[in-house]
Amino acid sequence: MDGSSPTPGSGPGDGVRRQELPRRRILVYALAASTLTVATPVGIGVAAEGGQRGEDPESALRKPSDVVVIGDDDEMLVLEVTAANRVVVRLPRAEVGQGITTAVAMMIAEELDARLADVDIPLAGARAKGNQFTGGSDSVRSLYGPARELAAVARAKLVTAAARRWHVPARTLRTKHTMVVAPDGRTATFGSLSAAAAQVHTPAVPSKPKPASQHSVIGRPTPRIDGRDLVTGKAKYAGDLAVAGAKPTVVARPPTVLGKVVSVDDAEARAMPGVLAVVRTAHGVAVVAESFHYAFKARDALKVKWAPGPLAPLSDRAIRSRLRAAVPRLGAPPHGSAQVEGEFEFAFVSHAPMEVLTAVADVRARSAEIWFSSQTPGDARASIASAVGLPQSSVRVHVVRGGGSFGRRLAYDAAIEAALISKAARRPVKLMWSRSDDIRHGRMRPASHHRIRASHAGGRVVAFSHAMASVGESSESLGPRPQGGMTTTAHVDARKVSAGPMPSDSGLYNFGAIDQKGGGIELAIPLGAWRSVDSGTMRTAEEIIVDEVAHSLGKDPVAFRRATLRSKAAKAVLDKVASAGKWGRPMPKGRAQGVALHEEYGSCVACLAEIDVTDPHHPRVVKVVMAADVGTAVNPRGLQAQLMGTAIDGISTILQAGLHIDRGAVREGSFADFHYARQRHSPLRFEAHIMPSRKAPGGAGELGVPAAAGAVANAYARATGTRPRRFPINF
Amino acid sequence: MPHYSFVLNGKPVTVEAPSDMPLLWVLRDLLGVTGPKYGCGVGVCRACTSHLDGAEIQPCVVPVEDCASRRVTTIEGLADGEKLHPVQKAWLDCDVAQCGFCQPGQIMAAVALLKKKPHPTDADIDRIENVCRCGTYPRVREAIKKASAEG
Repeated sequence: MDGSSPTPGSGPGDGVRRQELPRRRILVYALAASTLTVATPVGIGVAAEGGQRGEDPESALRKPSDVVVIGDDDEMLVLEVTAANRVVVRLPRAEVGQGITTAVAMMIAEELDARLADVDIPLAGARAKGNQFTGGSDSVRSLYGPARELAAVARAKLVTAAARRWHVPARTLRTKHTMVVAPDGRTATFGSLSAAAAQVHTPAVPSKPKPASQHSVIGRPTPRIDGRDLVTGKAKYAGDLAVAGAKPTVVARPPTVLGKVVSVDDAEARAMPGVLAVVRTAHGVAVVAESFHYAFKARDALKVKWAPGPLAPLSDRAIRSRLRAAVPRLGAPPHGSAQVEGEFEFAFVSHAPMEVLTAVADVRARSAEIWFSSQTPGDARASIASAVGLPQSSVRVHVVRGGGSFGRRLAYDAAIEAALISKAARRPVKLMWSRSDDIRHGRMRPASHHRIRASHAGGRVVAFSHAMASVGESSESLGPRPQGGMTTTAHVDARKVSAGPMPSDSGLYNFGAIDQKGGGIELAIPLGAWRSVDSGTMRTAEEIIVDEVAHSLGKDPVAFRRATLRSKAAKAVLDKVASAGKWGRPMPKGRAQGVALHEEYGSCVACLAEIDVTDPHHPRVVKVVMAADVGTAVNPRGLQAQLMGTAIDGISTILQAGLHIDRGAVREGSFADFHYARQRHSPLRFEAHIMPSRKAPGGAGELGVPAAAGAVANAYARATGTRPRRFPINF
Repeated sequence: MPHYSFVLNGKPVTVEAPSDMPLLWVLRDLLGVTGPKYGCGVGVCRACTSHLDGAEIQPCVVPVEDCASRRVTTIEGLADGEKLHPVQKAWLDCDVAQCGFCQPGQIMAAVALLKKKPHPTDADIDRIENVCRCGTYPRVREAIKKASAEG
């Protein structure tokens, strides 16, 4: 370790020695431990700075994500090699199905030359400080550099330890299959070397990650590391945990959004079998029982008088007209130009992850422990501590695998609620929102209204204007902190997103003068960033107008885009879907193709959708072809899965899935009326093509939504000869 | 309170429960069998899909009294020890799962379908109602066809 002492003010603290790698920006620390444990800070954008993007001639065209990502750079990514030869990396991110644990395991296995099966990626609990934010399609981008650096240092130390043991030059040793291998064939597992490696301060071999040309794990299509647990029912979500004494808990909630309890008669409920406690919450009444069966029955037996919520007089029609009125005026178009204009409306959309919000909480007089799936565990801990009146240091937050999120687990409503119920009931609780709680009480993607105008002259677009307004969440709905609003940075972040630069600022097309304006109205309604955030509506609407411009200029939608796209990468993904999807092939009546693109998070994507509208009430997207350039695709198989998910999101939000507001209440209450796509709505054929690239990874998890939604809308328009303006279309 | 005996994943079990208690909560809260998931409680999302005497059921809407003296199979009972069921194997080969929460139900629905129709058509597969919010449907379809082809 070069005998140096920690640099004042930047070292991670006692028991930690710091090793600086002079050539690199990323620092790796060795933690004092009896087995080899190394740690590295994870900073947002570290990978991009340290990676190859700067050498990319197109880098000027590839902007970082517009989604604001919070957190600072002193988060610790920790790798440990156990005596049992397990490589354990405690990951400061949430796994909600996006496959980040598999992607990180691949990065670690690559640099360490470990077998993927020997790598474990448990989720780290909330830490005192640092970047533990999962969002903005940032996880691979922020971890790609640090995870490889970390493993490369660990490998160098293990090799050095083996060299000392065998008295051979370290440079003669190789690593493979979680072992160090000597030229004479001797082997030693990493586990057997871990204790000795922990004593190595200065590795005798370079500790630099491999060049991409030597990658054999990164870039190889790889199934999920947790696949077997997922198909056998072994995978544990919050509701599956057996925390001692934690009893099933549900909450009676008001019929309207953010309604309140006026009075409650709980005598009958309390007398029912299996009921352990009934406690008031800020917006409801909680029942703790021996089983969810008893809890639901007792909940239904509560006689609650409700006061309507602040939204009570409002319905969709009024919200829509207020939104329309809040859209800023477009400026005057360029003199002499012709206009293609459209106004678009998008309904509220539920996140509706399959696993409803669930949190286990055990709040005691001097400490608290909470188990749930969180994209923002640090903020959650601060809010929970504040809500229950404990110092943060007395609150432990365990991050559990999540059953989907799509942005929903940025907020920690259920965790705060569970903590307060546990405190009031003086016992551990396992709180579960019902599906109707989830759909009726938020959160949701805000409704929005868009006015878009493309001005063309001489056969090309000379100006492009987009003015929009979306619903923002008023502080009234956030209420007092204990109710569980996103009152801290996650919420601020979610709001900044809608107020910040607009997603199409990157200028996907050569459309002359770009003008964008945003407005909004505030309502007391729980909202949340929904996969792809504002791009999911804004860019979708823009792609529809792009098709309409092409039509009015008498040009083919693909040819027109190809001629006006700015970047080579975007043209390449468009060409890929056009050729793989046989763009322009003859279609029977009632069928059509549609295409759309999107560029964000340093990545770009194109989507071609084929729709069958023979039955206009049941349009069926029969085929989807996508192509994405995300720089280095760590796991192409996982990336294809993410694109598949965004295709289904596009189909759902454009054709059939949304929420109505009726007099302050959400009309829908389950998957019977919130029509997220099922198998019969999903394409019979799906292809996702991954463009080869050695650039640093871009973001991918949310990328496909606007392209898929735009392609579905454009296909629908071409098949029906209509101009879709209000989404979902069948609503 | 009444007692109900049934065979769960090949083993006899007896539970003390009210007659109207849904099988889902008997499994999850009384027996600690957590593979079947709650996703809606009204038989709509089908995340809890399991088998009763080999046929597909949604345990969230089947009262325990209907299960007396019958065979209940959950995702946990599908594999033969360490040897996965061919449909589970196809699921792994096709890397179907994302968040995984609906997948026990998807797999149990697929097994039930293949039992009735060893060579299902696309229309047959389209009739599977199970919701997957991650949108794994194309891989679900692929895995069912793979399992069908491999018998």
